[in-house]
Amino acid sequence: MTRGCLDAPVLRERGQHEVFCGLTGIVWLHRKMPDAFFLVVGSRTCAHLLQSAAGVMIFAEPRFATAILEEGDLAGLKDANEELDRTVARLLDRRPDVRRLFLVGSCPSEVIKLDLQRAAERLNVTHAPHVEVLNYSGSGIETTFTQGEDACLAAMVPGLPRTDASNLVLVGALPDVVEDQALSLLSAMGLDDVSVLPARRAGQAPAVGPNTRYALLQPFLGDTAGALDGRGATRIAAPFPFGVEGTTVWLRAVADAFGVDDATFDAATAAPRARAERAVAKVAGDLGGRRVTFLPDSQLEIPLARFLARECGMVPVEVGTPFLHRALMEPELALLPEGTRLAEGQDVEKQLDRVRADAPDLTVCGLGLANPLESEGFSTKWAIELVFSPIHFYEQAADLAALFARPLRRRAMLAGPAAVAAE
Amino acid sequence: MKLSVWTYEGPPHVGAMRVATGMEGVHYVLHAPQGDTYADLLFTMIERRGERPPVTYTTFQARDLGSDTATLFKDACLAAYERFKPRAMIVGASCTAELIQDDPGGLAEALGLPIPVVALELPSYSRKEAFGTDETFYQLVRHLAGPVDRTPEVSCNVLGPTGLGFRHRDDVVEVCKLLDGMGISVNAVAPMGSEPADLARLGAAHFNVLLYPEHAEAAARWLEREHGQPWTRTIPIGARATRAFVAEVAALAGVAPVLDEGSLRQPWWSRSVDSTYLTGKRVFVFGDATHAMAAARVARDEMGFAVCGLGCYNREFARPVRALAREMGVDALVTDDHLEVEDAIAQAAPEMILGTQMERHIGKRLGIPCAVISAPVHVQDFPARHSPQMGVEGANVLFDSWVHPLVMGLEEHLLTMFRDDPEFHDAAGPSHHGHGTAAVARIPEPANAGGEPALSLVWDASAETELRKIPFFVRGKARRNTEAFAAERGLGSITIDTLYEAKAHYAR
Repeated sequence: MTRGCLDAPVLRERGQHEVFCGLTGIVWLHRKMPDAFFLVVGSRTCAHLLQSAAGVMIFAEPRFATAILEEGDLAGLKDANEELDRTVARLLDRRPDVRRLFLVGSCPSEVIKLDLQRAAERLNVTHAPHVEVLNYSGSGIETTFTQGEDACLAAMVPGLPRTDASNLVLVGALPDVVEDQALSLLSAMGLDDVSVLPARRAGQAPAVGPNTRYALLQPFLGDTAGALDGRGATRIAAPFPFGVEGTTVWLRAVADAFGVDDATFDAATAAPRARAERAVAKVAGDLGGRRVTFLPDSQLEIPLARFLARECGMVPVEVGTPFLHRALMEPELALLPEGTRLAEGQDVEKQLDRVRADAPDLTVCGLGLANPLESEGFSTKWAIELVFSPIHFYEQAADLAALFARPLRRRAMLAGPAAVAAE
Repeated sequence: MKLSVWTYEGPPHVGAMRVATGMEGVHYVLHAPQGDTYADLLFTMIERRGERPPVTYTTFQARDLGSDTATLFKDACLAAYERFKPRAMIVGASCTAELIQDDPGGLAEALGLPIPVVALELPSYSRKEAFGTDETFYQLVRHLAGPVDRTPEVSCNVLGPTGLGFRHRDDVVEVCKLLDGMGISVNAVAPMGSEPADLARLGAAHFNVLLYPEHAEAAARWLEREHGQPWTRTIPIGARATRAFVAEVAALAGVAPVLDEGSLRQPWWSRSVDSTYLTGKRVFVFGDATHAMAAARVARDEMGFAVCGLGCYNREFARPVRALAREMGVDALVTDDHLEVEDAIAQAAPEMILGTQMERHIGKRLGIPCAVISAPVHVQDFPARHSPQMGVEGANVLFDSWVHPLVMGLEEHLLTMFRDDPEFHDAAGPSHHGHGTAAVARIPEPANAGGEPALSLVWDASAETELRKIPFFVRGKARRNTEAFAAERGLGSITIDTLYEAKAHYAR
């Protein structure tokens, strides 16, 4: 057994970061929790970010908004707090369906030291029991993109009910259909005391205690894991459930933690596993031998590079991640091919120089960089789609591979009349 | 504190980016935290630019706040200068950096770069995007436009187009065509289409054509004061305004008004009998002041619509909007709160909206067709084809694009009439009605594609439930594929496993 990239050096860079801030997580979190509202306390820039990142996808009146700080709010914090209380009262009046309200801190609210935790406590008194008010920071000075979800989930942990039961908690916001698949796989192994953080609705929050075991569904939930550890729960260490192998090893780790025997495990997983392998194999043909670079974006980079390398035959060149959480990533790093260049943080100009020098077949990057790289002749995959699409577990393994194959197939299709005629 | 769901305008530094991105050889160093880099995607995704905006962000983090963000800024300036070799630089702060008061202007000046460095003061907590474009362009012009002789031939500058502008790319082409038709040469088009050296020579023109007062009126006024250049007040949107613009330009240039109307089809299209059904259609007009006023005039005078509402989101330009609204017998709506706009539209119950992307969403919710006439923009507002709003072709485009949603509207009526028809009934329930378009929501799932009804196949309840979790627009395909898959294998019933076996079978 090789040690993969466990001992690989990590290129650490601090320059211009071309990444979203943690506020962006609101875009999927508010869909996951239909009775929750996210109120960003920030600037016009925050509002504009949310609408630019989300506007293309959401056409209904969303369950998020920005309380835009104005000059008057900067003058005195007392007034800002009163303003916030008024704003929240107006909002809840307009949206009686809201049961959970998240006050989300931003760069400006952090810099002027507007204490949203105290605001949440104050507002909880006013609006309990109908509405629960929580707070977290999605500011760009503290969080990068998916860390916003981490901060949000971590903020919910202290309020989770206590239990002594030997239960299982899955942690991470997945599309309902995928979450249901995970639950039914576990149920087929006889694991029925399973709950999910975040719960879809208020009142369904998982209970935690010293006998709770939890498994992360997403790799970017380090703070949430820390908070759950603090409540006495035990993390089930595993690679993440991307691809057939990731899903199997993740399920196996959970099964082992609960003493599920091999026969039961095989009975539950054999069929979906076999069809996922067949489905991935069909797509992998387009990916085999192709070189891929990940620019830092969502912290999904390392697990996805592992999937592409081991199940689709791709060759990772550089795998950049905004933040490398060693403890959570160890099982993944062990599976990543030796020789992969790992990078943490970013200096975008230097990193783009490396992309040009490496000339990978596919570069996974953010929306700001994709078209400029395409116009330089590089195939790209928008990283943000990996956060918005169902990609976890067996039934989505081939879809995940297809997300990477599509830009390459498209490029081949558009390459010339001969290619089209041959289709 | 202002509660805001969607905003009509971004922060002022995005306005500065629009100016820098439109120009060549200008680099913008922006003191800002990491998330602010989202603004790049406005240009690379919405406008589909193949180059990153010429912007360097300092992307400071919380740990930098305690130490030295000023050094970070200076390093970023130097690195940007060395890498991009710009011919002019603008420096400034976004909302967060404004709070930490590092004085980007002073820091940049201390570096002694051998190029003009223009410091921007863009108050993020009181001003917005259009102020940012106008102020940035004004500051660049003020710093760069020096004394210069007039061109011997009659010439003008075309002022106002920026990156990410609503049809700016195509408007410039049309307006230059109009000027060329009168033998007037174009000294510079700015900010979009110019470089610092062009700004230095702005004074060589005899007068200025101001296309977008929102983005360049401050510069036009300064040039009038300092360089004695008069500027045009008419915005050539619509056939009548185009003719008036030609007359105004001719007077400023001292030439004969010449307008080639050979390809101006809009007036006849509007008079032809097929257009009779447009008569008196009630339209609600909302956008930036310039486009809203122009659209209201075209709607009334050239399309034969009845304007039942008129407003703008940029308060700075509210006065002429109020005057025009009075003239049209409606109350002007001046607000940047889209919920207020939605209420006003719901109350007016127009047959069509001429608005922005915001009103397009409002229209979808209310079931009212909408044509987009103004920023804020969306990827759809950057069509591949030439699609101006101004000049001769602009008038033609207005006719087509305003009539198009109404045709859709007719289809809406048919759909509404036949709503109870079993074929239009969506068994999946109304879950997407809340946020989809009604027309799309009513598209029925097609029957078995093979033509052979799969009557013998039974979906078990859990598989049926699973199927409903699939988005409606691919649900029909999933149902067909699964049934074909099951039929091929002679299965009598469909379970969740069958559904996913089929999904795996048809994967890719």
